[in-house]
Amino acid sequence: MLSSLIFIPLLGSLAILLVPREQDRTVKWVGTIFGLIPLLIVAYLWGQYSYSAQGMQFVEHYDWIPSLGISYYLGTDGLSFPMVILTALISFLAILASWNIKNRVKDYFFLMLLLETGMMGVFVALDYVLFYVFWELVLVPMYFLIGIWGGPRREYAAIKFFLYTLIGSVIMLVGILALYFNAGLNTFDMLALAKHKFAPAFQFWVFLALFFGFAVKVPVFPFHTWLPDAHVEAPTAVSAILAGVLLKMGTYGFLRVSHPTLPEAAKALAVPIAILGLINIIYGALAAMAQKDLKKLVAYSSISHMGFTLLGLAAMTPVAIQGAAFQMFSHGLISAMLFLLVGMIYDRAHTREIAKLGGLFNTIPTIAVILAFASFASLGLPGLSGFVAEFLVFLGSFGAYRTFVIIATSGVVFTAGYYLWMIQRVLMGEAKKEYLGLPDITARELGTVVPLMIFTTLLGLFPSLLMDIMNPAILGLVAKVGGM
Amino acid sequence: MIEQAWIIAIIPIVAWLIIFLFAKALKEKVAYVGILAMGISLLLSVLTFSEALGGTVEKSFPWAVVGDIKIPVGFQVDPLTAVMLLVITIVSLMVQIYSVGYMHGDVRYAKYYAIVSLFSAAMLGLVLANNFFWLVLSWEIMGLSSYLLISHWYEKPEAAAAGMKAFITTRIGDIGLLLGTIMLFVYTHSFEFNVIAEKIHAGEINQGIVTVAALLVFAGGVGKSAQFPLHVWLPDAMAGPTPGSALIHAATMVAAGVYLVARAYGIFVATPYALFWVALIGGFTALFAATIATVMTDIKKVLAYSTVSQLGYMMLGLGAGSYTAGIFHLMTHAFFKSLLFLGSGSVIHAVHSQEMHEMGGLRKKLPITYWTFLIGTAALAGIPPFSGFWSKDEILLAAYRSPYPVLFWMGVATAGLTAYYMTRAVILTFFGQPRDHHKYEHAHESPPVMTVPLVILATLAAVSGLPGSPFLHNAFGEFVKFGHGHEAEPSSFVMIIAISAALLGVLAGVAIYGYKVISREKAIRSWRPLYLVLKNKYYVDEFYMAIFVRGTVLLAEIVGFFDRYIIDGLVNLVGWLGMQLSFLSGLFDKYVIDGMVNGVAAITMALGNSARRLQTGFVQSYAITLFAGVVIGLILIQLIGG
Repeated sequence: MLSSLIFIPLLGSLAILLVPREQDRTVKWVGTIFGLIPLLIVAYLWGQYSYSAQGMQFVEHYDWIPSLGISYYLGTDGLSFPMVILTALISFLAILASWNIKNRVKDYFFLMLLLETGMMGVFVALDYVLFYVFWELVLVPMYFLIGIWGGPRREYAAIKFFLYTLIGSVIMLVGILALYFNAGLNTFDMLALAKHKFAPAFQFWVFLALFFGFAVKVPVFPFHTWLPDAHVEAPTAVSAILAGVLLKMGTYGFLRVSHPTLPEAAKALAVPIAILGLINIIYGALAAMAQKDLKKLVAYSSISHMGFTLLGLAAMTPVAIQGAAFQMFSHGLISAMLFLLVGMIYDRAHTREIAKLGGLFNTIPTIAVILAFASFASLGLPGLSGFVAEFLVFLGSFGAYRTFVIIATSGVVFTAGYYLWMIQRVLMGEAKKEYLGLPDITARELGTVVPLMIFTTLLGLFPSLLMDIMNPAILGLVAKVGGM
Repeated sequence: MIEQAWIIAIIPIVAWLIIFLFAKALKEKVAYVGILAMGISLLLSVLTFSEALGGTVEKSFPWAVVGDIKIPVGFQVDPLTAVMLLVITIVSLMVQIYSVGYMHGDVRYAKYYAIVSLFSAAMLGLVLANNFFWLVLSWEIMGLSSYLLISHWYEKPEAAAAGMKAFITTRIGDIGLLLGTIMLFVYTHSFEFNVIAEKIHAGEINQGIVTVAALLVFAGGVGKSAQFPLHVWLPDAMAGPTPGSALIHAATMVAAGVYLVARAYGIFVATPYALFWVALIGGFTALFAATIATVMTDIKKVLAYSTVSQLGYMMLGLGAGSYTAGIFHLMTHAFFKSLLFLGSGSVIHAVHSQEMHEMGGLRKKLPITYWTFLIGTAALAGIPPFSGFWSKDEILLAAYRSPYPVLFWMGVATAGLTAYYMTRAVILTFFGQPRDHHKYEHAHESPPVMTVPLVILATLAAVSGLPGSPFLHNAFGEFVKFGHGHEAEPSSFVMIIAISAALLGVLAGVAIYGYKVISREKAIRSWRPLYLVLKNKYYVDEFYMAIFVRGTVLLAEIVGFFDRYIIDGLVNLVGWLGMQLSFLSGLFDKYVIDGMVNGVAAITMALGNSARRLQTGFVQSYAITLFAGVVIGLILIQLIGG
């Protein structure tokens, strides 16, 4: 079943290649249908998912290049299954949000589906070679999506994104190869290598290599500057995927690869990671406050929010990791929602400059109200998913990093500060005459954000929907690395 | 009913949803949805109250489980909750009925009713919650509701700013509450008030920890109940609709902070140091805000500072060791302060101004408003036998019996000032000659939908103190008490001082504003520096603006600059160097790794003309980096693994 999640989008992208270039509508329909099928499959898998089982589920394991120990090995557990759900959901909504693309529609939808294949692959691969192939596969469509359909500085942003993540992934590849050769098991099996005990000094260096690769994706300060540029230039739907799913590949890398495989190093480097997380939280929030472009503000808020994941990861208690993983999912929903809304505003007002916007509550009320909702979700309003994540991270990290948690909570105030200030400047105030008569949200646009709103609220009120999936895997991980 | 008391909080949530979803269809009929829901909640609260006289109920269910940690969802109904349920539902119902008249024709009528329902639901949820987690949740929903209500007329810049100020200022306190909650959980492994209190009572937790946790929790109360130094949001919050102010500043929101201290009293009593701080902050805030109220000329601002002051009074009572007195004053205050706010709303409705200097002589034009406002004033000023007298007396008694006599005198001074500024407000509004004839001529009494709630609340403001008086054998104290409770020995000295202070205040007010025995202008001139300090609210807002607000914005600007020019500058520099290098490697790659290039080029072909507009040669760089990476990797492996 997991293979179908990878190959149906791929099939879709091939199908799109067969559609004649001028038939935009057909392309869009094919793209949407092939985006919907994985979502339905994921829904089915969710029904089949065993909440109590330890280890991998829906496993597929075939030899690929036996002489080198490379296999086609897929499976999912509590760490990856939420990410699979997120990928299917965000990808579908992003495709739906892309219906207003006018330029080179065929190429665009081809790349979108290819991107989904890559992301799905990363989250279900259990063989390092496979993992790396998908990891790199994500890079290519993303590069073109930003570089061709982006804003005025798209080429700069695309190249920056590409170089940054490329260097990151090459160093990550070094780490992976080091694991392979050092273990001497002649296998790229991620789980088998995670069971192998590596020497502490070796662990330290390889951890650093892997960390760099993942850190660029998260992104961790000071490797984050590709993100605001990429976001600002990327088309709306691509931004939603970038923030909603792509960044999580980095933190997923920690959870799946570096922490379980190199637990000694993870423990030794926990404090620096916590400090980096803290910097992300505070620095990202302050930088967000300074932004004059609405989309950049949301981009920096992503940096800030991913810091919570790092902090939780560093604390290595079940509650903190639960919070970190919950934040990955929750931030995926909320940031995608924010980017979609910013895109809707840009499509109408043709500007993202905060100073030029204003009074949107009275001109495009539905969009404005949903943006306010998403902002409150992002600033951690209880009853919505973001609060659960932050609360769990604080609760789980307090024992190990009391001071850090106390400092991190100030980030919560800054976050409230920049969002409310944004709401005051962008949404409140008298309606501006240049924006009078703008059309409010369309049914299709509503369709892209309402599912995210529902999920955000559901998980805020019933977090166990997700926590029960994650629990067994997280307890397993903590048993290996934890005990801080 | 008591077994299903949680329904009381659910009903207004349902109302909120209905209003939210059907706002367009229902138009101004949404009011009936809100009123009906609150009416049912009130009825159920009465039933619950009567059952709570027989005993308390507490229920808990698991909500979320992480490892061996369980976050529960649960509620309790004890005397404190039972009283709060009644107070909240009564005030909310009155406010909603009154709003039918006051908000008639408002641009966002439905939104207003939706928020009021949500607000009430959050406050009801707050007093029902039996654990910190759900308390925090309701607490923040209330923060959201107040934000929305205060910035209801967001077209006005000051309303938009006031909403933000309220949310952020209270959030600073909320962080304390959040950290306190987490800290208590780390040490007691529970969120439930009773479990935590039991563990602390049993001496399982280090005293220092308890003190820190209690002070952190108190910080939350300081923010929500607008205590110094986080009081600044409350006066600005007057930018919201007046009935909303009545709700925020009487029965919900600000009461939550006091309620929190009462609910967590089991923690506070274990640490005299924290309790002392509660009393000190409370006493100081009471006096501090009362002095400001004496010079405000905006009728709502007078009431706003009065609210800050009275909340300080409640904190003083709790901190001085009298649980009962704090709650008792919370209850009587909820009635008379919501009455005064709604009364001021009725005045504002009539003259379309909040400036008392533009009023005067209105008692003939607005007889019902006048009489009810007068009763509210008497209650607030502590004139026997009105409700505020009895509750204030208990607080003063507690302060008097506490080890710190200064608290008592703070309370007495506040009582005197309170009587003074309320007398002043009544005279300026209702007595003397009309100062603005145009406004006076057009003034008319509010419709019954507004005056009937005033009359009901006036009745409560008059008599709700009696259950705490000797006439009814102090029934309130018998019901709402902490542990076995201990009656402070009554003192006729305290009672005489309290009455004297109140009368003195009234006399001073009448002397200056009624008979003009002392000239107001002359007094201001001779006390000009003091007058200016008070008029500018001790310059606290200016100080915060200069230090915290500008400081944060400046810090943000610095970070933004650093990020853009330093960090990203370095990145671009590295990128530029890389481009210079890649020129050299271009020669290399042409001959050495042709094969790899072809492989990657295949993908480019598949993409067709997608790559057309992008720099060619980029794909080669990809390949060469990959290649270089692998080489470095193999060397590294040799170094480390060997």
